[in-house]
Amino acid sequence: MSEAQAEKKDLGQAILKEIVPPPEEEAPRKSFWKSISIPALAILTGLLIGAVMIAATSSTVWAAFGQSIWKGFGRAFAEIGAAYQALFTGAIGDPVRIVRALGSGDAREIRSALNPFLESLVQTTPYIFTGLAVAVGFRSGLFNIGVEGQLFIGAAAATYVGYAITGLPGFIHMPLALLAGALGGAFWAFIPGLLKAKTGGHEVINTIMMNWIAFRLTEWLLSGPMTRPGSGGMPLSPLIQKSAEIPQFFQAPIRFHLGFFIALAVAWFINWFLFKTTWGLDLRTVGTNPRAAKYAGLSTTKSIITAMIISGALAGTAGAVQILAVNRSMALGLSSGYGFDSIALALIGNNTPLGIVLASLLFGTLRNGATRMMVVSAIPIDIVDVIQAIILMFVAAPAIIRAMYHLKKPKKEEATIFLSGWGGK
Amino acid sequence: MAPILELRGITKQFPGVLANDHIDLVLHKGEILALLGENGAGKSTLMNILYGLYQPDEGEILINGEVVKINSPTDAISRGIGMVHQHFMLIPVFTVTENVMLGDESVKAGGFLDRPKAAQRIQEISSSYKLEVNPSDYVRDLPVGVQQRVEIIKLLYRNAEILIFDEPTAVLTPQEADELFNIMRSLVAQGKSIIFITHKLREVLAIANRVVVIRRGKVVGETTPDKADKNSLAAMMVGREVNLVVKKKETTPGDVVCSISNLVVADKFQNVVVDDVSLEIRAGEILGVAGVQGNGQTELVEAITGLTKIAEGKITLLGKDISRATPRQITELGTAHVPEDRQADGLVLPFSVAENLVLCSYYLAPFSKGVILQYDTIFKNAEKLIADFDIRTPNPLTPVGSLSGGNQQKVIIARELSRPIQFLVASQPTRGLDVGSIEYIHKRIEQKREEGCAVLLVSPELDEIMELSDRIAVMYRGKILAVVPNKGVSKEYIGLLMAGVVPEEPMQLSEETEIEATL
Repeated sequence: MSEAQAEKKDLGQAILKEIVPPPEEEAPRKSFWKSISIPALAILTGLLIGAVMIAATSSTVWAAFGQSIWKGFGRAFAEIGAAYQALFTGAIGDPVRIVRALGSGDAREIRSALNPFLESLVQTTPYIFTGLAVAVGFRSGLFNIGVEGQLFIGAAAATYVGYAITGLPGFIHMPLALLAGALGGAFWAFIPGLLKAKTGGHEVINTIMMNWIAFRLTEWLLSGPMTRPGSGGMPLSPLIQKSAEIPQFFQAPIRFHLGFFIALAVAWFINWFLFKTTWGLDLRTVGTNPRAAKYAGLSTTKSIITAMIISGALAGTAGAVQILAVNRSMALGLSSGYGFDSIALALIGNNTPLGIVLASLLFGTLRNGATRMMVVSAIPIDIVDVIQAIILMFVAAPAIIRAMYHLKKPKKEEATIFLSGWGGK
Repeated sequence: MAPILELRGITKQFPGVLANDHIDLVLHKGEILALLGENGAGKSTLMNILYGLYQPDEGEILINGEVVKINSPTDAISRGIGMVHQHFMLIPVFTVTENVMLGDESVKAGGFLDRPKAAQRIQEISSSYKLEVNPSDYVRDLPVGVQQRVEIIKLLYRNAEILIFDEPTAVLTPQEADELFNIMRSLVAQGKSIIFITHKLREVLAIANRVVVIRRGKVVGETTPDKADKNSLAAMMVGREVNLVVKKKETTPGDVVCSISNLVVADKFQNVVVDDVSLEIRAGEILGVAGVQGNGQTELVEAITGLTKIAEGKITLLGKDISRATPRQITELGTAHVPEDRQADGLVLPFSVAENLVLCSYYLAPFSKGVILQYDTIFKNAEKLIADFDIRTPNPLTPVGSLSGGNQQKVIIARELSRPIQFLVASQPTRGLDVGSIEYIHKRIEQKREEGCAVLLVSPELDEIMELSDRIAVMYRGKILAVVPNKGVSKEYIGLLMAGVVPEEPMQLSEETEIEATL
């Protein structure tokens, strides 16, 4: 009887087990170089393959090859060099310019020299929220693919509160709009959470479907009830009130805003919640071993719903921060897949808040640099996306890198032997 | 004449573990060689090498004096080596004939299966080795003991000369085990040779011609049953003197702690799996529930601990009705539960030893204040329990999944027994553990009994039940067939009940008055 039960595993659990590495709780600290070597090799490998892509898709390189092999190679290296230089300066900034600006002591010049770096932090911010959203789900044994949809609903709620309510002071209006965003996302995640807890309807399927509902619903909202007067039926919302804005620190075009620090604070809070409170331990126990959780007296129903609400609130906050700090009004191009990228991101970050902040910095920096690369070089946006995806694929799948470079797996057996066979002497 | 099988200097290294360390082994034609060792001693590795599943790092295998290389199970079978696995490799919806011929089909012209021809061979094998079986039965309808015979026939059908039995009695009733031993005797009488892997001393003494003991990957001794007894074998196996008999103090059972009346539990297909069960467990006594695995014991325990809903009946614990209570309410009333499947139910493997030691109580003071976990207290608690219960772990932060099975079980025992409890439900508390761990866990359970705790012990190991229990309830197909005091009751009597046969005499008294402890 018990064996039959054991065999009928939950599909979701099986998927989770496949894709989520067992959380390495309290693993002994690896040396710094060891922990950095795999991401570094992954980025390097991604850039190498990307370089081949750049050369292979450039018509000028092909034309140069038509003249002679040497000209072809020369042209290829020139284009690759230009593209990657743009990627670097776009993401971090131009070192020469930064040094010169620092030397001149002109505050304005320093700010604009540092702008690429600050812009990377702007790109990082939504990733931190969505990465945390996915990680809270994973830690609780739930695969929330609906982060993107929850982000849209959260953004719509924040936008509405942002423009429709007037006459509030900023210190009330802005937090209120943020809260609306969190609640919107939470509500959108609560529905599949409830379905899972009460009926067993699978959250993977339900959150995907909720995504589509969210996309089309916001499209209707933005071209109907929430449309900007005079937009001519374009899906675009009115501008939010000044009082609802999350402040940007510097003058345009520098967009660096308070939201980045809110994200860091939230990451710290989630870390505290997951690892220092009984609530977090409840969620992690249910997520890691639902049967043992039941044995220990926990309610899986409660845990599933709580986890989905928190996850959705984080996703909704991601959308709200984008609206209140960056876009200041809502359009359909709000997110270009933050919710989906964040699944890979949470895995790279090993589902720990610190790991997610670091992974978000990587994703944000890459994305920002890629935009610059597209502008400066003649590389089509599709190829930029392909290069980005290749780099991320290698980062996200350390096993590939280990196999390619013959790196050894972290040794675990040693501990096991040391422990086996007690009572034997 | 050369021995039928000889292993010379077999060495197998796994990352960090020397599973087999220069093992020499000789099997003569027509003998039963028992390979005795604790879990993790390296028996299975050795047999997997012999069966072609692993390649040895060093050493050679000789069959009839000739060096051979076995690269796969197919190689092993073609050289006359066959293995009866602990978990049967049969397809339930096929008939016996189909199962036996699978992979070695006899065909008629045109590629059609020739079932009659195969069935006839099965009949021949069946009659010449006393392996009674009907070739046209579906495997799903056969009792476990008969399924095992099908496994044996499968090997004989492929002309196996060397048969390896891997813990073959684990799933059998005592009577079925005796039948298996008769079959094994008739196999060797007709010239087959058998390697019998086990950790049960009684079986070794009953059936083997020769015993080889393996400990930590090395052969540590060889003897014959007439020169050995249980104590000497256990000492060889463990490497120290083992006290096989738990000294039980006389206690007088106190008040009823848990009372179960007319309990009915249905599984998710609405089959009744616990059928009108009534039991009482008193303070200071151990009630053992004996029975072959899968007769409703799991569901009985789940019903008592609140893990499954009950269909009918009533369970009272310390005067409170817990028929509809949640697991946490039942725990808070003073119940401890050692679950049947420690890895699936009892532990969160990636979590640390310290966290697992408070799995059922971390929400309470002093392990948390409000919602904030007090890791200082949790670690102090862990350090104390690790010392008290002799849990071998590098430190309290080690993930519990990296400990050995025995130590994992000790984590559960420590967690459950360190709480102030009045009722202990222990389901297969020593499953898959080595002799040293079993000895230790039995002592701890006995100690709880002496402290006046009521204990419900569920185990398919009859020896364990008979050693520890004050009273024995036998469960068969969801029903309790009898509850008998464990004084002078014979193993055969309980064994018959386990097979569903209610003996006519009220009780048969054992010839040996002393309760025998066997491992």
